[in-house]
Amino acid sequence: MTTRSLVRIALFAAIIAALGLLPKFDLPFAGGVPITAQSLGVMLAGVLLGPRQGAAAVLLVIFVVALGAPILAGGRGGLGVFVGPTVGFLVGWLPGAFVAGLVFQALPQRLPVGVSAALAAFVGGVLVIYAFGIAGLSMISGMSLAQAAMASLVFLPGDIVKAIATGVVTAATPAPIRVSRAVSST
Amino acid sequence: MISSYVSRATWLHRVPAGPKLIAIAVLSLAVLPLTDWRWLALGLGALLLLYASLGRDMFGRLALLKPLFPFLIVIALIQAWMESWTGAAASVLRILLMVAAANLVTLTTTMQDLMSAVAPAFGPLAHLGINPRAPALAVALLLRFIPVLLETWSRREDAWRARTGRRVSLRLLAPFVGDAMRMADQIAEALEARGFDPSISSARQQEGPHDHP
Repeated sequence: MTTRSLVRIALFAAIIAALGLLPKFDLPFAGGVPITAQSLGVMLAGVLLGPRQGAAAVLLVIFVVALGAPILAGGRGGLGVFVGPTVGFLVGWLPGAFVAGLVFQALPQRLPVGVSAALAAFVGGVLVIYAFGIAGLSMISGMSLAQAAMASLVFLPGDIVKAIATGVVTAATPAPIRVSRAVSST
Repeated sequence: MISSYVSRATWLHRVPAGPKLIAIAVLSLAVLPLTDWRWLALGLGALLLLYASLGRDMFGRLALLKPLFPFLIVIALIQAWMESWTGAAASVLRILLMVAAANLVTLTTTMQDLMSAVAPAFGPLAHLGINPRAPALAVALLLRFIPVLLETWSRREDAWRARTGRRVSLRLLAPFVGDAMRMADQIAEALEARGFDPSISSARQQEGPHDHP
């Protein structure tokens, strides 16, 4: 690992934390629904940093949450999060960012960057994270998987919108920042 | 340093981080399979007494459980509707018990102590060619740069409002991330110029003032 990748991982983790602390965004292309941008940051980590560095950035966020920093959306943090109903969604960020990075790299280069990024964010940032999130909710609450899935559906529209937003942001990000498609420096 | 830690000298503050972490893990594993709401209510009652024994200040920190309430209501409704009221009560009590107990560790242990308690686990990183002190440096950088990033964000936001008169847009996000990554590369150069080596083992690493939070 180079110093460069270490610092990039740390600063991207700081971006994910900062996005959770910002006031909610109004989404122009979804009727002005307010969303927190934190899970958008997780999707961006996988797409922009690549699977390994992206997952490392997310792991760092999870670790610092465990140390007690209230950096999750809404100022949550501490060990309580790890035994709460949303633990699966938090833990799922890790494979989520990794898979988003893998999918983004695997998609053919001739696809527009924004489309690839949105698809990758959907697979990693929605499908994978929900799989873990629903399993975690079922385990903590004692609900069946189907019931847990039902309870999680409320958040699905917002997260699909965030996958699209990942595409928009990635397309607007200057190419040198997107290390993931170039030869990775890890 | 931002943390939920409460700076007080209670008896629980004096218990070392390691035993507290083990206790919380054991408690969670023991409580998870419980389905009788009466045992769980008893446990929660005991935990509330424990909070109360640590002073009014700590008891007030039970407010940290508030963000859970919307989830608990949904969980309770689904379970009460599809199974039984007793099942719903057990779920809600179990979650409150586990989260309140885990919060207690966070409230009474500094980040530094928790970090030192888990630091030995980073030893094996050396075998992967990663400096075992890299995680501590990464944590320090993360915490240091949250306020910096929030500051640059609010400047961007002001400029955006002044130019457009509209509310903030996700359009600000791409240049924000781009700038942060450029900043990262400059910091990396500065660290290396000061002798930080990310790959050598801690035994050969010279003491540096900047690789510890």
